[in-house]
Amino acid sequence: MTERPTLRRYDAPLHGLDRRTFLRLGVTAGVGTLAAACGWDGGHLLRPGLLDISRVNDWVGEKILFSPTRLARTYSAAERSAMLPSYFISTTVPMLEDAGAWRLRVEGLVAQPLELSLDDLMRLPRVSYTVKHHCVEGWSAIASWHGVPVSAIVERCRPLKAARYISFASFDADYWNGWDMASAMHPQTILAYGMNDNRLPAAHGAPLRLYSPTKLGYKLTKYLVSMTFTDTRPGGYWEDQGYPWFGGI
Amino acid sequence: MTTTPAPFVRRHHWIVRLTHWATVIVLAGMIASGLQIYEAYARFGNRGGPYFVSPFDGTQFPHWSRLGGWLAGALNWHFALAWPLTAFGLLYLGYLVRSGEWRTLLFRPRDVRGALEMAKYYLHLRREHPPQGKHNPLQKLAYTGVIVLGGLAMLTGFAVYKPTQLAWLTALLGGFQAARYWHFWIVWIFVGFTITHVILVFAVDPASLRAMLTGWYRGRFPSHD
Repeated sequence: MTERPTLRRYDAPLHGLDRRTFLRLGVTAGVGTLAAACGWDGGHLLRPGLLDISRVNDWVGEKILFSPTRLARTYSAAERSAMLPSYFISTTVPMLEDAGAWRLRVEGLVAQPLELSLDDLMRLPRVSYTVKHHCVEGWSAIASWHGVPVSAIVERCRPLKAARYISFASFDADYWNGWDMASAMHPQTILAYGMNDNRLPAAHGAPLRLYSPTKLGYKLTKYLVSMTFTDTRPGGYWEDQGYPWFGGI
Repeated sequence: MTTTPAPFVRRHHWIVRLTHWATVIVLAGMIASGLQIYEAYARFGNRGGPYFVSPFDGTQFPHWSRLGGWLAGALNWHFALAWPLTAFGLLYLGYLVRSGEWRTLLFRPRDVRGALEMAKYYLHLRREHPPQGKHNPLQKLAYTGVIVLGGLAMLTGFAVYKPTQLAWLTALLGGFQAARYWHFWIVWIFVGFTITHVILVFAVDPASLRAMLTGWYRGRFPSHD
């Protein structure tokens, strides 16, 4: 017996979606959503949630995975990479008009604010090492750095109990970074005035830059002008745009 | 004469079905955000070289295959999705252990002979399909392998994520750039596995698709060992 379309079957699509059409529509909508999602940072709906999870990951990185005493592996000078790309956000290499007048200001929640010249900094304890630089983009390169440990500055400016963060400011447009105190006090966190046995080149942050092999490159403020101790968590140039705040490796 | 179809049998526990499909979605997001991250430095090796040999050196993957819009967006997707992926993976492994179902899945030395027989069958060197339990030895090899691959994806990921704090792990994998390299290759093994898996489902045992959706199976193979 041949089956004839019943009235019900015939009418169904007019009144509503049958199961198959509904499924097909669902799958199409799902695929469409996925397609729209590609090349998509989460939009208004998901981006805040993704940033919240990023803060959870910061917490894991800072409180669980970071060790204040574990030292990054060091290399020999012979293992230096052939090149280490430099970057700054200004349109041209940031340069001081009067290098002699430059001072590093140490301020904020400290018992003893400081203004340090390059010579002052060079008279302080000196740390030098050859380490691997890790960029958030995925590249890496080995180079040598020398300078004064941030802990030596902390010893001299004596931060107040309330000081939990340091905000590093630069003269490279509005580039800046916020750091947690434990990372700043790590023995390999230095204010570097030298690279590969020479004075710090202008392309790499002269006269002074932050350096540490425990952080990604974007946390290492170049062209320093000040470090400010605060009780509230500072942001940062890239951090405010969505990059992980802790940036520890 | 009428033949009554074989009855439906219960084949997959809801934990297996949930973690299977959740992994499909989350892993797709991990791969898509990973390809966006890869765009930022599309090679392997320290700056200035030497570089690892890779057919994808300098490759930019098509826009539709990437998730995150830019590096920061992709990183946030990748590190957020890593949580559910790990959670589903652990839930699945926990289920395998507690239920004892690992026995039907784990490829063991005694499966080698059976795997060779299966290979012969697929290569048309023997005519009849070798008898099997819930999974044949080649399936066991593939499923055991893909679980190990999931573990390696996680380990290489951590080695790239924290090369200083987890320096021992990064060193074990040959260093930061080598860990990136392996992390990237694991993607293509996953993709290859998935393509093969889907082809075999439709070519060999389409009833298994319903089983993975509803839990109930009415197909040509036994559902238990």
